[in-house]
Amino acid sequence: MKILYFAWLRQRIGVGAEDLNKPACVTTVGELVAYLIEDKSKAYATAFREMEAIRVAVNQEYVSFDRQIENGDEIAFFPPVTGG
Amino acid sequence: MIKVQEQDFDVGGELAAMADGKTDIGAVVSFTGLVRDGGGSIRKMTLEHYPAMTEKRLAELEAAARKRWPLDEVLIIHRHGELSPGDRIVLVATASAHRQAAFEACNYLIDWLKTEAPFWKLEETQLGETWVDAHDGDAAAAARWK
Repeated sequence: MKILYFAWLRQRIGVGAEDLNKPACVTTVGELVAYLIEDKSKAYATAFREMEAIRVAVNQEYVSFDRQIENGDEIAFFPPVTGG
Repeated sequence: MIKVQEQDFDVGGELAAMADGKTDIGAVVSFTGLVRDGGGSIRKMTLEHYPAMTEKRLAELEAAARKRWPLDEVLIIHRHGELSPGDRIVLVATASAHRQAAFEACNYLIDWLKTEAPFWKLEETQLGETWVDAHDGDAAAAARWK
């Protein structure tokens, strides 16, 4: 699956996009976040500390953190939007 | 019509083009959003976005507005990249036979765009860079259309 980060999430993690083979223990967005936080190779734990300030989209649609995910999905994490 | 672009746009030209050659449009209403620098401290503003989702969400918003009001034309232009105070950011315009549908649909589109379209503003001042926070008021403004 493809994981995307925008705005301050991108800055804190240090990359805007990365590919990951879905681990067997990950079936939902929330479990993916928990999996990433355990990975100390990037600042995931810092980036995902303010979970209430993070929105998620799967395949460009807003979803909640209990949404099921598949290996081919594009999952994007970002702060509340501020366009217009 | 949805356009997401770096370059500036000509409001007069865009609005004129919407009704060009048509005689059944009685009203064109538009909203232009600008980079505001209330405190006089912003040097520049950078708009980041999520291209694939931006196009999709804006097209869905246009479709929802067309379903709710009798609109002849809908135009949304949103810029991204580096902007300066006073620069145009967004143009939302609606054309209809009568003004009420055009006014309401324009208002609806900008309210939803602000809470749904995946754009993020980064402001640069002398003190450094700051990501602009979302306003609770914007969510409330969008929610009144439910």
